[in-house]
Amino acid sequence: MPDNNDSNWTMEIRSHSGWFDINLSELWRYRDLILLFVRRDFVAYYKQTILGPLWFLLQPLFTTVVFTIIFSRIAQIPTDGLPPFLFYMSGTVAWTYFASCMTQTSNTFITNAGIFGKVYFPRLVVPIAVVISNLIAFAIQFGLFLAFLCYFYLTGADIHPNGWLLLVPLLLVQMAALGLGMGILISSMTTKYRDLAFALGFGVQLWMYATPIVYPLSQIPAQWQWLFALNPMTAIIETFRYAFLGSGAIQPWVLGVSLTMTILILATGIVMFSRVEKTFMDTI
Amino acid sequence: MSDVVIRVENLSKEYRLGTISHGTLKHDLQSGWAKLRGTEDPNARIGAVNREQLNSTNDRFCALNNVSFDVRQGEVLGIIGRNGAGKSTLLKIISRVTAPTSGTIKIKGRVASLLEVGTGFHPELTGRENVFLNGAILGMRKGEIEQKFDEIIRFAEIDKFIDTPVKRYSSGMYVRLAFAVAAHLEPEILVVDEVLAVGDAGFQKKCLGKMGDVAKEGRTVLFVSHNLTAVKSLCCRGIVIETGHILFDGDTDKSVDFYLSSNNLSQDNNISLAEQKRERYCSLRAKIMDISVISDDQRNPKIIDPFKPIIVQLKVESNYEVRCSATLYIADEMQNFCMFDTRLIHGEDLSLKPGLNSVECHISPLNLYSGNYLIKCGLNVHGQEIIDRLENAYSFSVDVCDPNKTGYNLSKGYHGIFYVKHDWK
Repeated sequence: MPDNNDSNWTMEIRSHSGWFDINLSELWRYRDLILLFVRRDFVAYYKQTILGPLWFLLQPLFTTVVFTIIFSRIAQIPTDGLPPFLFYMSGTVAWTYFASCMTQTSNTFITNAGIFGKVYFPRLVVPIAVVISNLIAFAIQFGLFLAFLCYFYLTGADIHPNGWLLLVPLLLVQMAALGLGMGILISSMTTKYRDLAFALGFGVQLWMYATPIVYPLSQIPAQWQWLFALNPMTAIIETFRYAFLGSGAIQPWVLGVSLTMTILILATGIVMFSRVEKTFMDTI
Repeated sequence: MSDVVIRVENLSKEYRLGTISHGTLKHDLQSGWAKLRGTEDPNARIGAVNREQLNSTNDRFCALNNVSFDVRQGEVLGIIGRNGAGKSTLLKIISRVTAPTSGTIKIKGRVASLLEVGTGFHPELTGRENVFLNGAILGMRKGEIEQKFDEIIRFAEIDKFIDTPVKRYSSGMYVRLAFAVAAHLEPEILVVDEVLAVGDAGFQKKCLGKMGDVAKEGRTVLFVSHNLTAVKSLCCRGIVIETGHILFDGDTDKSVDFYLSSNNLSQDNNISLAEQKRERYCSLRAKIMDISVISDDQRNPKIIDPFKPIIVQLKVESNYEVRCSATLYIADEMQNFCMFDTRLIHGEDLSLKPGLNSVECHISPLNLYSGNYLIKCGLNVHGQEIIDRLENAYSFSVDVCDPNKTGYNLSKGYHGIFYVKHDWK
């Protein structure tokens, strides 16, 4: 008996479809799963620790204190006339969000091989959930930063929060997108070459020093500024700092480059990820 | 007239065996460059040049080879075949865990697959949280889970512990909760792999009952199992897969018969027990290396006198000290007839020493009717772990069962299984 309703198939499984076979509506259908993963990550992470979510506060606090002592007191690197503590803290808080998004999404396939091997759901759910659960940690750390900002402002430090603050939510989205893009790009490649996973920890550290976090962009000689502009995190950190503290050397074209790079990295990441997700179970 | 809900067309899946890629970026780049220029791959194995000519060479393996079939709505399809025949690969492709190498599957409706129970359970989360998480992983919306929550808890029988982290659960509770979530999915198509291998007998029965209900509601079920009795009672159609091909497709009873007969033909005793392939769930902390049967002063007879005692000897190799229970079954391909177990029946464990251990079971005359029988054997920590299991460790037959020499041969099946001594007055 021939079937007339050949067009009514809800799904077709084939070896591989086009390059841009990303099913966003399906991702939307699984939004509950994203939220449940976020909850799981958050709850499970600090179970059986005494300090619990306080750790979110201690990490940036210690880093900032250490940076202040080493880079400001000992190495005497200038901070654009800003209070060094706030200068380092703004950079650390923003960088931590980006770095944890990237490192935690970069092992998506390897750490979730058990689940991925048994049941299908859009694989992007996992890295997206990681980015969102890191947002909670960021919110707590950001609150700490705001508290110090208020304290310094009220005690009359030379800082000028300004209209660029409106850009901060966008910067956050951009950091999330960049962290996600880099993370899934790396995770797509680590299914074949595990080397990258080892290089990552080291790479993140190097990348941090290549970004104006422990020094201001204004300290970089003019002929090397273009090189820093190629690093998408440069513009994000500088703008973030400028918005809250009112000092920095950010130029609109650098922001443009950074935005373009981010979109490019995220798009490449998604394409690579959706290529790999169909067959990685055979290679992992 | 029911619709076709799954159409599999020319489906193939090829795996590369051994190391994936050459392991280093340098060699991969070299090979890629050679491919681009059309010259010979410097890293290719010598002699593996004509790999396209062969179906399966040293480093390639066809798990599924040009498989096509249709499944209609409401059908309960049993897929049977030996280990490594390609059943699980087929289910994996249908549940989209991995993609086929070529061919297509067209599907109508929502598919839920149960290749394992409790996928994504997090030990730190409570039962309640895990129900939601696991449900969402299996494709349910939050609202749906909320609606069925009470029903799930009732099915799993753990209402008291629902707010306890699942790491404190016993393994039985864990499996019950996990299956309860899966059982309350309401997809149009349900794909089930041998998940029923876990859990105690009562729970297995409950699971099979639930699956039967699902089928009665007119939903389509694909079921892979080694439990031929379950396949027979649940499915209305069977497919036999062997080395990636469909050998038989039709009525369940006929496909089970087909499977059994093809199994007997290809079953040679060349492979030692130690080399036989084990199921994935076996932990193999200890391994059954050899079995021998002694009856009537004969070692390993193929034909056994049903009225003589037998001794079954197991050689078990272990690397550690292991306490476990040894289990033997006298069975045939369809069902088990009697069980011998150290823990459950004699209340004592077996203590294995590192090295080769010998375990003997002395069995009184079995009084079996004539027919073909199997001995299955296994090592378990009951309720926790399956250490080793062999579904077909030894096969023997009883030629004649004529206890009072009347010339009438009692045979297995219609007459029953065992002769029981009796007198007429």
